[in-house]
Amino acid sequence: MSLLSIRDLRTEFQSPSGIARAVDGVSFDVEPGEIFGIVGESGCGKSATCRSILRLFGGAAARIAGGQILLDGVGDLAAMPERQLAQVRGRDAAFIFQDPLTALNPTMKVGKQIAEVILRHRKVGRAEARAAALQLLRDVQVTSPERRLEAYPHELSGGLRQRVVIAMALALRPRLIIADEPTTALDVTVQDQILRLLKERRDSLGTSIILITHDLGVVSQICDRMAVMYAGRLVETGRVREVLDAPSHPYTRALLAALPGQVGRDRALTPIEGAPPSLIAPPPGCRFAPRCAHAVARCTLGDPPPLAPRAGAAPGHLDACILDEVSDAAA
Amino acid sequence: MFLAILKRLLMLVPVLIGITLLSFLLLQIMPGDPASRAMGTRASAEELEAMRQLWGLDRPIWVQYLYFLRDCVTGSFGVSIFHKQPIIALVAARLPYTLAIVAYSTVIALAIALPFAIFAAARRGRLADVAIRQVFVVLIAMPPFWLCYVLILFLALGMGWFPTGGVGEGFLANLHRLFLPSLVVGLSTAALIQQSLRAALIDTMQADYIDTARAKGLRGREIFLRHVLPNSLISTISIIGVRVSWIIGGTVVVEKIFSVPGLGSLLIDAIVSRDLPVIRGLTVFFAVMVVIVNLITDICYALADPRVRLE
Ligand SMILES: Nc1ncnc2c1ncn2[C@@H]1O[C@H](COP(=O)(O)OP(=O)(O)OP(=O)(O)O)[C@@H](O)[C@H]1O
Ligand code: SF4
Ligand SMILES: [Mg+2]
Repeated sequence: MSLLSIRDLRTEFQSPSGIARAVDGVSFDVEPGEIFGIVGESGCGKSATCRSILRLFGGAAARIAGGQILLDGVGDLAAMPERQLAQVRGRDAAFIFQDPLTALNPTMKVGKQIAEVILRHRKVGRAEARAAALQLLRDVQVTSPERRLEAYPHELSGGLRQRVVIAMALALRPRLIIADEPTTALDVTVQDQILRLLKERRDSLGTSIILITHDLGVVSQICDRMAVMYAGRLVETGRVREVLDAPSHPYTRALLAALPGQVGRDRALTPIEGAPPSLIAPPPGCRFAPRCAHAVARCTLGDPPPLAPRAGAAPGHLDACILDEVSDAAA
Repeated sequence: MFLAILKRLLMLVPVLIGITLLSFLLLQIMPGDPASRAMGTRASAEELEAMRQLWGLDRPIWVQYLYFLRDCVTGSFGVSIFHKQPIIALVAARLPYTLAIVAYSTVIALAIALPFAIFAAARRGRLADVAIRQVFVVLIAMPPFWLCYVLILFLALGMGWFPTGGVGEGFLANLHRLFLPSLVVGLSTAALIQQSLRAALIDTMQADYIDTARAKGLRGREIFLRHVLPNSLISTISIIGVRVSWIIGGTVVVEKIFSVPGLGSLLIDAIVSRDLPVIRGLTVFFAVMVVIVNLITDICYALADPRVRLE
């Protein structure tokens, strides 16, 4: 059974110009011990999807408008009252935010911030929580951890701060870690170390990880399966090797074609010509149609096409294009 | 920390010299002869001359300034013409009342501002928030003397809950007697603190680390008390500091109306009796207080926010 099953998730943001459907009918599963990557252009709803899982919308006027978020053994997070969801956060599923500069309270010592999550979920005393925090810092390979416990966030480098954030996420040994671009704000050498840390955690404890990234190189390096997101919907999903080696959706192909040479390390997504559509009033039919080189008349009719398996594709490799055959020529 | 405070204190020396020079010159350019201003029109020419000599008014201006500086350094701040006492003695007798109003009104202001700021921030943009803001805007705009008379009329004369003025013996008596004057000063201060704290709370609630706290599973109240409120209060420390130094000079009208024998009353009496050394000495003294409050504010800020260091 899947650890996490998201079914037809819809999340809306209230904005002055109208309601933005940032997540509009997204479904995917995350298996135990799997690293699941989500890629897509900026603003396509990757963060909104992940934040919906634990309902962490910051100050934004967002709400889950429909769908289910089934966490194995816990229930439907989307339907769960806030009080009950608070028990799940940090214990069953943890979140790693993009920017370690702002993700830590600037006026609270790092050790106290780590201990906080332990004290919340475990019946332990302060001394015990502190000892646990110390061990967590060791686990994430922070040098001189005793001293770091007493440090304030601004006294640490970006990489160290992200390790602290990860230590907090690992504290309760959650089965699921959601990492929203955990390395984007860090420099390249540190990025590698942080990703390795997450991967080791999966390898040793079987923790599932949802990893949002702009970097297809990262996806090919550490993810097992992946999804490509476009304008609030998934357009392709499957095992990383199959999606990257045999992309079937025109958007995925365009993304890969936009990369200079082979997909490898440090290749960020380069923009495709044109801009993604408005999420407030999306175009009818396939949302990629205005930018798609393969578009035909019926692409812009009716509802957006659903994810479906293609004849001859590997099991679990789905895409959301109505064409039977997408020729390589125009991609 | 200790060294930094010492450094800041040393840096105050030139500031203080500037303040003495300024307050000296300000009164120097006042029209008319200080002696005749002090003695009134009925004084004879001999009396005036004796007066000038006694007070050193016959000396060159820069010598007069040095005398004044000497008085400031030795701590007397000069001698009152009217009271015939060192100004520091007059100040010492009255300072407790002014400080009491400063402290009391700050406590009242915080007691009012805190709950209303929290309430308004929690309901931002809704009716309650807008209504609270309007009421506090009116409070800021209200002239203090008018507020004094309204409070005297209703709470003192009408309900008889408070005396119309004066001070009493002992802590509890003054807690009662100084309530109305402190309330007048405290209300407008409350309005300012409420506005800035409300803004700080709303700002902090949207910070990323609040999401982090929520992601740990902390509940609303825990997040508010441990993360939102402390960080918001830190960013209002400077507003409170500015306001407290304003209150020190801002109690003048209130003290007079409520017959509180504080520094404000002393200043008004000195102006009425043309007691030039007292006016000058008090000006310097007020300025020194403001400078000290500023330093205390900065120290508090540095203590509360680990990112801030006392320079
Ligand atoms: N705070 C907000 N207020 C209003 N609308 C928002 C807000 N945050 C996101 N949205 C809407 O949700 C859409 C998706 O945003 P999201 O942050 O999920 O994109 P993303 O894929 O994570 O982009 P990025 O790669 O830049 O992080 C945005 O295009 C926007 O319309
Ligand atoms: S459905 Fe049509 S527009 Fe959409 S990707 Fe396929 S071909 Fe392009
Ligand atoms: Mg994002």
